[in-house]
Amino acid sequence: MKLSGRGLRCVRGGREVFSGLDVMAESGHAVAITGPNGAGKTSLLRLLAGLLAMAGGSISLEGGDPELTLPEQAHYLGHRDALKPALSVSENLSFWREFLGSASRSSPADAAQALATVGLDHVGHLPAAYLSAGQRRRLSIARLLAVKRPVWLLDEPTSALDVSGQSAFAAVMTEHLKGGGIILAATHTPLGIAVRELRIGGTA
Amino acid sequence: MTALAALIRRDVSVALRVGGGALIGVLFFLTVVVLMPFAVGPDLALLKKLGPAILWLGALLASLLTLDRLFTADHDDGSLDLIVMSRTPLELACAAKALAHWLAAGLPLVVATPVLGLLLNLDGVATGAVALTLLAGTPALTFTGMIGAALAVVLRRGGLLLSVLVLPLSIPVLIFGVAASNAALSGPSPFGTPFSILCALSLMSLVIGPFAAAASLRHGLD
Repeated sequence: MKLSGRGLRCVRGGREVFSGLDVMAESGHAVAITGPNGAGKTSLLRLLAGLLAMAGGSISLEGGDPELTLPEQAHYLGHRDALKPALSVSENLSFWREFLGSASRSSPADAAQALATVGLDHVGHLPAAYLSAGQRRRLSIARLLAVKRPVWLLDEPTSALDVSGQSAFAAVMTEHLKGGGIILAATHTPLGIAVRELRIGGTA
Repeated sequence: MTALAALIRRDVSVALRVGGGALIGVLFFLTVVVLMPFAVGPDLALLKKLGPAILWLGALLASLLTLDRLFTADHDDGSLDLIVMSRTPLELACAAKALAHWLAAGLPLVVATPVLGLLLNLDGVATGAVALTLLAGTPALTFTGMIGAALAVVLRRGGLLLSVLVLPLSIPVLIFGVAASNAALSGPSPFGTPFSILCALSLMSLVIGPFAAAASLRHGLD
């Protein structure tokens, strides 16, 4: 499986964020997108996730499911956690598991296991409103595990995670890459796994 | 189907729990209708004459009140991004969200109508007719309002803008809803004609609403 974007151009609010950007990632490899604040790391990820309109260039995914578009095969982990404070931790997770469409292929045990992997199994009944920032992030990561999608687009995935959380997340990413997945992560800190670096933006 | 059922279940349970908006609409409806007899004065005949119009106005404003959270809540917490990226067509997801909103906020208005009818000196047949027209008409209010709710996300302006955008679209629903209720209550004109048009408006909005909302959400991605 190979994800490639050629000559990508992004315009937001009438201002060109980047242009002529090439990005490439293959199965089993992780790409770390680095650059100064405002260089367009998040914009690039949202462009790939189909959440921003492209001003130019092309994106293709070879070797994926031909019936599905790239966004439909990708997970996007953004700054916002997509959690409903009124619902409990396990309700939040099982909603995304059912809605993102792998409920037929996985059992409820998968959701419980995903919660255990990120260390949230003891707070499953708690409303998400009572979670700390780090715990919210862990719950978002559990979503990546509960629904199988080959491409992971991660925006500052380790922010708010403690040291043990970061190493647990590194193990999760290693496992995903071993299974032939692709990871693109915008980050300022080392992810703890072998990555190829893509630097965007000048020395602003 | 599981995806849509999950979305409807989630939206309804979020609306019904603490901090959800389901009860706010009903409370507003109650307030408007309870205040009206005090404003109009002790004229029972006049109150009965105005009854259907008051109930319809209250229900219309109550449903507008809760609509602006339909998409902004999901946009603010990032859920909307994931809904756009899901394998469920966005049109169907929009329709499911509107249906959930109607179940949580529209249906309670219909249920509350018979109780409020007592305050307006309406007899059983009249309240039944008003409740029936509300049952047929509130889906139209929700589904046309959804277009405004989607635009409010795209334009990053909630509240007032939504009302200004949606009000013109809901005027036909109001006219035929009140006309059908009045026909059942007193009028020489038959109940069936305005009621059929009301149902037609609802069915039309069921089709147009999701497509228009999905198109505006897609176009305004940011």
